[in-house]
Amino acid sequence: MGREFLEGNEAIARGAMKAGCDFFAGYPITPASSILHYMLELVPAIGGTAIQAEDEIASMGFCIAAAMAGRKVLTATSGPGISLYSENVGLAIMGETPMVIVNIQRQGPATGSATKGAEGDIQFTRWVTSGGLPIVALSPATVGEAYELTYRAFNIAEQYRTPVFILANKEIGVTRESVDLDAIELPPLVKRKKVPKGNEYLPHYFERLTDVPDISDFGGNHIARFTTSTHDKTAYLTTNPEIIQEMIDHYAAKIDEAADDMALVREDLEDGAETLIISYGIISRSAAVTVQEVRSRGEKISSLVLQTLWPVSKAAITKAMDGVKKVIVPEMNMGQYLLEIERLAPPGVEVIGVDRMDTKLVSPAEILEKGGLL
Amino acid sequence: MSATEYKTYMTDKIGPLPFCPGCGHHMLIKALDKALIKLQLDPKNVVVVTDIGCIGLSDRYFITNAFHGLHGRSITYACGLKLARPELTVIALKGDGGCGIGGTHLLNVARRNIGITLLVANNFNYGMTGGQHSVTTPTGGVTSTTPWGNVEGPMDLCGTAIAAGAAWVYRGTVFDKKLPDMLAQAIEQPGFAMLDVWELCTAYYSPRNQIKKKELEALLDSYGFKTGLLVDNPRAEYSVHYREAYETGKSVIKKKTKIDTKFDNSVRKQTGIVIAGSAGQKIKSTATLFAEASMYSGLDATQKDDYPITVMTGHSIAEIIVSPERIDYTAIDEPDYFIVISEDGLRRARARIEKLPETCTLYAEETLELPDTKARIVRLPLNETAKKVGRLSIAVVALSAVLVDTGLFPVEAFGTAISAFQKKKIADINLKAMEAGSELLNA
Ligand SMILES: Cc1ncc(C[n+]2csc(CCOP(=O)(O)OP(=O)(O)O)c2C)c(N)n1
Ligand code: SF4
Ligand SMILES: [Mg+2]
Repeated sequence: MGREFLEGNEAIARGAMKAGCDFFAGYPITPASSILHYMLELVPAIGGTAIQAEDEIASMGFCIAAAMAGRKVLTATSGPGISLYSENVGLAIMGETPMVIVNIQRQGPATGSATKGAEGDIQFTRWVTSGGLPIVALSPATVGEAYELTYRAFNIAEQYRTPVFILANKEIGVTRESVDLDAIELPPLVKRKKVPKGNEYLPHYFERLTDVPDISDFGGNHIARFTTSTHDKTAYLTTNPEIIQEMIDHYAAKIDEAADDMALVREDLEDGAETLIISYGIISRSAAVTVQEVRSRGEKISSLVLQTLWPVSKAAITKAMDGVKKVIVPEMNMGQYLLEIERLAPPGVEVIGVDRMDTKLVSPAEILEKGGLL
Repeated sequence: MSATEYKTYMTDKIGPLPFCPGCGHHMLIKALDKALIKLQLDPKNVVVVTDIGCIGLSDRYFITNAFHGLHGRSITYACGLKLARPELTVIALKGDGGCGIGGTHLLNVARRNIGITLLVANNFNYGMTGGQHSVTTPTGGVTSTTPWGNVEGPMDLCGTAIAAGAAWVYRGTVFDKKLPDMLAQAIEQPGFAMLDVWELCTAYYSPRNQIKKKELEALLDSYGFKTGLLVDNPRAEYSVHYREAYETGKSVIKKKTKIDTKFDNSVRKQTGIVIAGSAGQKIKSTATLFAEASMYSGLDATQKDDYPITVMTGHSIAEIIVSPERIDYTAIDEPDYFIVISEDGLRRARARIEKLPETCTLYAEETLELPDTKARIVRLPLNETAKKVGRLSIAVVALSAVLVDTGLFPVEAFGTAISAFQKKKIADINLKAMEAGSELLNA
């Protein structure tokens, strides 16, 4: 117990270690590089491997294979690196690979401003790879949450055999905050469900579409197979449209049907409030100041902060929107999560995006003004 | 070794190999099978890794573990498996096409000496996608994408791997009788071993260029390429070397110093402090100590830095917020205290200084020419004082003066942070600087 003055990137590294991470591969990029540095300090000390790969494609290749060989893996990059991760993210989905991928977002597109924050990769993450299958992404708002959500991301990855994104921001990754990591309550660690020795191993076995197949590691008790190509439950190639559809339905269902399970939100709803702010990440903290300000005037306002961005926490969002007339969505991009909120808003509810992408935080004053709360 | 004797490592469960009649991949895969039979490895400890291309269709015909990944990336998966479980025997298969798109992985696995075996099925074109040219297509070679003859020069895969430091390299044709033995030797190497095996794509490259066995061998001669074992120069395998380096290196995890409240403070609201100086003036690390001192005084704190990517030149600016309550909004739109130490800092912060509100106090090195501002200005002999106590302690001097002037929290808390987080030698200098700074506005 005790407070420290930590940047989010260190909290991410420590959260990963707390979750038992023992393999890291990454390629340097501002503002994510310090995660690579921290992992090089922490991972070899527990007998694991941390390595700087030759590029982001190799980082993902190392990580996916290591994960399938039983390691708990983390990799970290920023927007330009995610572009290079793209194809391998699809591979991780295809092979049902548990792994955690950190994106410390920076101002883009392209090289953009390496040292400046933004949240321009929200929809990019959702549609990061070909095929359009569901993605899991968590977004921390504080250094403490960076720690907690990284830990939880490992649990989700293991439980659902899926890659999980941490969608952070330079504003959290390299901002230091006073925080007591030991005071943060964490759920029990989820262990990968393994096929018992002696049983037959079908790498993608499920009965119901939502089942998550038990795994057997490369080098473990069974002969393991993994493939990028369309396959059946045995991981052998198939061209049978029925089987292909069934496998796709399985990949989609195991994530989509678990959306409520994965839904991490912070609700601060006031009975009778006509205005709701829905926010995530660093800007949820501007929203918190806005909410205080409005309430200090004796007016009512509700707030919903999303920690899980993908899959969309439909139930929580729908519930929060019930009875309100106006929803304000502040973001450090050109209005990306706004699209999801607009999709879910009941007819007649006004949805207002308050966004900027000039590397500055959306301020509480701006939310008040553009949200019509003055 | 397991008790069963393996007469083959291939399965016919999924039918015969899928390659065109006469395709060199048939012979190559059979050679790999023979090598495995010779070695009698437990299939559970062997992984055949492939990528996309006709050759990539082969992993699933083995009774070993099989990993089929993206085009050109088989080396990366093989390395990941080997790094995760060094006890595995990992064999990566790749086409000449894969060697092109994944060229960097070839260079890097050779350089790192990760203990995988790389078997290149080099048939001078992309079989799978319709016979387009690859990095090994001979000059003049006719392919779908070089209809009038290839104008590019072929890449010497072995030469490239050797230049990158490969420990064990072999070149030959798929017709070599000794190929299975050489493959077995390669698999037994503790470090990286590569075989560049020249063969025929009977659907595209062979008929288009009238190449059969004899012409293939003549092609090798025409390049003046040596065949057989080209390099056998063992050195420490990566995973072994990695462990050794880690064990013998001075790798210690820095013990984390926790901060408990030892002092009082007089901060009643979220308070923004900006300090602007130059690279090399320890602005960032001193700001961190200041924030840690505020935590010793029971406050919450945040810090953000602004500096050029070329860290050793130009400005360095740190923004610290201290607050008795949780800090939500971490930007400082209206600073309460602004400290400017150097020309670089002033240049970067000029526009901001011009807009400072009258509620702000601006502490400035006395020799700086300041723009017009509404802030209350306090001039300090920072350079002069730092010259006496140590040039690298100028930010400590400045922030100590600010602490004494503002009374935000006791300057002793700053001293506690300095002693707790800095090496003794540096802490001693900074504690002197702190004293000197404290006296500047006391007098
Ligand atoms: C990223 C990507 N680009 C392109 C392709 C299409 N593609 C599939 S196989 C292949 C070439 C394979 O050639 P080679 O590695 O020589 O294998 P061969 O078919 O000759 O055995 C290409 C370009 C792909 N699968 N992925
Ligand atoms: S296209 Fe060429 S490489 Fe592919 S199977 Fe046929 S002969 Fe072999
Ligand atoms: Mg080829």
